[in-house]
Amino acid sequence: MKSNTPSTPNMSSPSHSRWREFFAGARAILPLVIGATPFGMLFGALAISVGLTPWAVMGLSLIVFAGSSQFVAAGLVGQGASLGIIVLTTFVVNLRHALYAISLGPYLRHLSHRWLAPMAFMLTDESYAAVITRFEQADGSPNKHWFYLGGALLMYINWQLWTFAGIVAGQRLQSVGDLGLEFAMVVTFIGIVVPLIIRWPMLICALVAGGTALLLHELPHQLGLIVASLFGIAAGLAAQLFAGRSVDS
Amino acid sequence: MNTLEQVTLIVGMMAVTFGVRYSVLAMSGRITMSQRVEQALRYVPVAVLTALCTPILFKPEGSWLLSFDNSHLIAGIAAIIIAALSRHLLLTIVLGMGLFLVLHLKIL
Repeated sequence: MKSNTPSTPNMSSPSHSRWREFFAGARAILPLVIGATPFGMLFGALAISVGLTPWAVMGLSLIVFAGSSQFVAAGLVGQGASLGIIVLTTFVVNLRHALYAISLGPYLRHLSHRWLAPMAFMLTDESYAAVITRFEQADGSPNKHWFYLGGALLMYINWQLWTFAGIVAGQRLQSVGDLGLEFAMVVTFIGIVVPLIIRWPMLICALVAGGTALLLHELPHQLGLIVASLFGIAAGLAAQLFAGRSVDS
Repeated sequence: MNTLEQVTLIVGMMAVTFGVRYSVLAMSGRITMSQRVEQALRYVPVAVLTALCTPILFKPEGSWLLSFDNSHLIAGIAAIIIAALSRHLLLTIVLGMGLFLVLHLKIL
């Protein structure tokens, strides 16, 4: 593939060759890949325990490839939510990927859709975190997308392997009965959300979303989840605007 | 869920997930996103994940359960404190889940 990045003196440097970038990307994402391992297994086991078939569980990892929304979907299937609500919730949960895409987009302008499509498909929290610092380095390497490919591909393959392990474990566990696997999902999300609450508009967002979700829990098809999320986002934004006006951001 | 529903679920989830990732990635180098939209997106993970967790903590069986018998709530509050102090995901999961299993299965 021909790159039309403006040429720089570094362009022919061997450290920026495609395969060097590819393996450097894989190495950069390795800690995050290891961190994702228990979640892959947990997802496989949880999804089996709510009654999805092994093929459907594997299909979610292979075709959707979005960890937290896969957890949420499995949880909602277990609570008997409707298909429409699960898909809508998936959309909202994965809206955060738009943030990553906005941040990466300017660096990928020169790439064809043959590259952008697989890159978009494999865009996760982990792949973004591992590659953004590489893209921000001003060394003029024309092959940074190979760095992305190396990291994202390792993440993808690892997720499939551990989903499969989780499916196998889940099938064995079923005879043991309810161990409260659902709580594993809750405690995971607590671990993700709490460190994100640094400023008070974010705390207001969480309190409003949580409070509304409790009040609207009786709504059919888990509709309360969507409404509560939107209320939380609106409350956070409103608090931020108010804070910006009084403290000047 | 029957087979057709499971296939629909996967295709639907794939469509919305890839749709967001691809459309924004392909156009974000060309179009600038409104700052307000970008700000709103930052609240999405906290809003959704909190809305998802609170009913399970306070209503584990479908109705309010505000008591020390509610192992979901006790272990959840402990996990929030652990997460706030340590900011360590894996530690939060291991200790939170460990405490939950002890309470839930009445090991002690």
